[in-house]
Amino acid sequence: MPEPFRKRFRHGSGGTLQGPGMNRKLVWMSVFHRLKHALVIVIALVAASVASIAQTADEAFTRLAADSYSDTSRAIEILVSTAHPNAALIVEALNDGRLLAGPGGVAVKTAAGGFVDARTGQALAAAPADVKPVRLNNAVRRAVQAALGGLGLLNPDAAKRTAAAEAVFKSRDAGLLPVVEAAIGKETNPRALAALRQAQAAILIAKPDTQPLDRFAAIEVLRERADQDALATLRALPGDATPALKEAQAKAITAIEGRLKLWAAAQNLWYGLSLGSVLLLAAIGLAITFGVMGVINMAHGEMVMLGAYTTFVVQEVIRSNAPWLFDWSLAIALPAAFIVAGAVGIGIERGIIRFLYGRPLETLLATWGISLTLQQAVRTAFGPTNREVGAPSFMSGAFELGGLAITYNRLWIIVFAALVFAALLAILKLTPMGLQMRAVTQNRRMASAMGIRTGRIDALTFGLGSGVAGLAGVALSQIDNVSPNLGQSYIIDSFMVVVFGGVGNLWGTLVGAMTLGVANKLLEPYAGAVLGKIALLVCIILFIQKRPRGLFALKGRAVEA
Amino acid sequence: MNSNRREFLGTALAGAAFLGSSYLPAAAQQETIKVGILHSLSGTMAISETTLKDVMLMLIEEQNKKGGLLGKKLEAVVVDPASNWPLFAEKARELITKDKVAATFGCWTSVSRKSVLPVFKELNNILFYPVQYEGEESERNVFYTGAAPNQQAIPAVDYLAKDEKVERWVLAGTDYVYPRTTNKILEAYLKSKGVKPDDIMINYTPFGHSDWQTIVSDIKKFGSAGKKTAVVSTINGDANVPFYKELGNQGIKATDIPVVAFSVGEEELAGIDTKPLLGHLAAWNYFQSIKTPENEAFIKQWQAFTKNPKRVTNDPMEAHYIGFNMWVKAVEKAKSTDPDKVIDALPGIEAPNLTGGISKMLPNHHITKPVFIGEIKDDGQFDVVWKTTGLVPGDAWSKELDGSKDLVGDWVEKKCGNFNVKTGKCGGV
Repeated sequence: MPEPFRKRFRHGSGGTLQGPGMNRKLVWMSVFHRLKHALVIVIALVAASVASIAQTADEAFTRLAADSYSDTSRAIEILVSTAHPNAALIVEALNDGRLLAGPGGVAVKTAAGGFVDARTGQALAAAPADVKPVRLNNAVRRAVQAALGGLGLLNPDAAKRTAAAEAVFKSRDAGLLPVVEAAIGKETNPRALAALRQAQAAILIAKPDTQPLDRFAAIEVLRERADQDALATLRALPGDATPALKEAQAKAITAIEGRLKLWAAAQNLWYGLSLGSVLLLAAIGLAITFGVMGVINMAHGEMVMLGAYTTFVVQEVIRSNAPWLFDWSLAIALPAAFIVAGAVGIGIERGIIRFLYGRPLETLLATWGISLTLQQAVRTAFGPTNREVGAPSFMSGAFELGGLAITYNRLWIIVFAALVFAALLAILKLTPMGLQMRAVTQNRRMASAMGIRTGRIDALTFGLGSGVAGLAGVALSQIDNVSPNLGQSYIIDSFMVVVFGGVGNLWGTLVGAMTLGVANKLLEPYAGAVLGKIALLVCIILFIQKRPRGLFALKGRAVEA
Repeated sequence: MNSNRREFLGTALAGAAFLGSSYLPAAAQQETIKVGILHSLSGTMAISETTLKDVMLMLIEEQNKKGGLLGKKLEAVVVDPASNWPLFAEKARELITKDKVAATFGCWTSVSRKSVLPVFKELNNILFYPVQYEGEESERNVFYTGAAPNQQAIPAVDYLAKDEKVERWVLAGTDYVYPRTTNKILEAYLKSKGVKPDDIMINYTPFGHSDWQTIVSDIKKFGSAGKKTAVVSTINGDANVPFYKELGNQGIKATDIPVVAFSVGEEELAGIDTKPLLGHLAAWNYFQSIKTPENEAFIKQWQAFTKNPKRVTNDPMEAHYIGFNMWVKAVEKAKSTDPDKVIDALPGIEAPNLTGGISKMLPNHHITKPVFIGEIKDDGQFDVVWKTTGLVPGDAWSKELDGSKDLVGDWVEKKCGNFNVKTGKCGGV
């Protein structure tokens, strides 16, 4: 029995176990439909080459074993076009790197770890001798995806059918048109149906012998899809199309481009917010140590780096001891990074900075020295090369929101930055410690007279600022290098944000970070990354000339103190 | 630009901190041949250069086990120029005048090479430079064991055009001399092959660029014009990790828009989860995954030397391997370590590379190398999908650029690094 059939049954019976009564009937009806439909296609495909199936299958398996990319691609074509009963099994295995081939034959390693003879589909006791995984290059991968597209159109899972239709949309393989059209006739899922129609339109546009009327309809379908891929497909219209068609194509392209332009503006704004949130995270610890305490802390970036390395260590421990915890590794790394960076911060404050209060130049040089020392210490301990920090599954990939492509890691970093900001604001405004911090920084002698131990508060404030920098390191490890130089690349940006926003004001830091982020990203498409950054720096210099105390300057006696 | 000043400040201070303390104290013995190692061990370039220092120490140790050279032991003199370009020149001067090294192996960035050039010319010593670079140079005192553009960039573009049928090109690079020159050469080459200016997009980013959202989405947009598109990346160093992460997150697969990189090797991939990068490409003259007996022995020796069974090897390491062996052979041939004699002995010297061929030092002080295109695998290694049939001789001067197509470097017959074949004169255009 051909593989698609057995699959249908397997999935069908799986469904019946779960859904009783009416459901069962529906499932069987749908299975029957698909069976019939699959049968029609298979017969159609088989009819073309019924005589030589045995030989061509032989040829396909020889080619698979040849360890040549072009032979592998050809073998896939043969297997799919002759509807070899195991085609789906083989192509899927090839895609996952589980297809083994060599002089000893061709075998599929199943997900469970067993082996199946690719030719007969029978289970094998062990892998045949002399086989190794069939290698893929991009050309083979494309062939595999196109084949999976064709095979997946019959999958009982609607999501897989949609994905398969997308694959066909991209490959525009004219040979699949009958399959796509048959699938449209049977499709009930609206999303899958839309994807199938788009796939059909893509094939019709590019196919040389399509009737103009069909092409008009196809252009309309693509116009509704209205994204980059639709544009690319529209442009694939052959050059010999009728003038009317070309006009319709041009109109559709203008319409889509207009819509995309709007979305591109929104996308730039989103990128700006995302960059702003990264700047906010990097700068917010500095807003405490520099902004509130007035310490020019050049080692701030290294606190961020320590946070990132803490994440790396936490992940290493989890990888070797408790791999199932991996998705929680960042949650575990957060408190760890806060403690590590905070403790180092307190150590620096107690050991060095407290002797230098009121001497900004010496503080600058001392913290600069600390920064270099920490960098080289990390380089010695962890090596100069980048360390790999993995992304938990919820932070990988992207989703589409209208015409916006939003990547999960950026989204979570924005959320995280907002949370850190809110928490820090709450600590400063609502807790006794926050009150004492503000008191000490606003008027040290008065606070001391009121019985606040100013030394302890200094250490705790510096520790808090450093700890928050450590938290930023956890987030930045997801988007940047974890290397000893990590901190260096953020220190100037952080100072810029704090100075621009107004020293001593957390809200200023927020607004400063977001303004710089959005301005940078709005400039970048026009000026390029290098010039954009220069232009932004020039703007800040001019702004600081006009308002030396930044966006939100502190007023009153605190300023003089 | 602020980042340059920051780097400069940082490296200057780091350099000052390490000045005089970071090289190995010269041994009291008289009977050694000293070999200088001029690679940054701190600062931004430490990420790449530390490895090369280690590989040189390993090669020298190995040579000493074989009995040294001319009956003497070799002695490594390691200095740390701390990623600080002017400090490279100072350290080079120190190596030659104070430590009296016979030859120096070092530098990574082109700007560091340019910084030490006058020193090596003035004091007449030898530098082996192991990194792929932009070409347009042939100096008497420098031997270039890395790839010239025609040994890396041009074959990679040919592969993409021929095997991947690429018609639209994004040339993305970091904003400094190597990417700019390489892209200029590639642009001229592509145009000479009939690619329209509209089908080439050139983009530069600052050093250490970390926010790639806009550029990656621009690439996506550029790639959806209905023609097969590829990215040729000369993005350097640290900026690569966020670039590839963004590519993976925005779902750009190698089957849609392949990225071929000239600065991403096994070492750089060690910091990235490579599963989303499956199938993206790199062009090099060496890959760790190439199975030859020489390479297997080298990897084994390297992992034993670093006491790390997971330590990877890469292309510039192989360049040092070839360069060091060539220098050893040239010294044996000249029966002296005198720079003038060794410089004259080097052209024509052959030494095995790690991929099964024999590389030869050419009169223009570049070497012959095979070119490989590899696809990134999910284990962070490369699967070689294409290679040149033989070894490609390195061109010191690009044939694609108007300013240099008539120039050749020939230190054997013409005794000239920029001999103009049209005018028959030495001295450029």
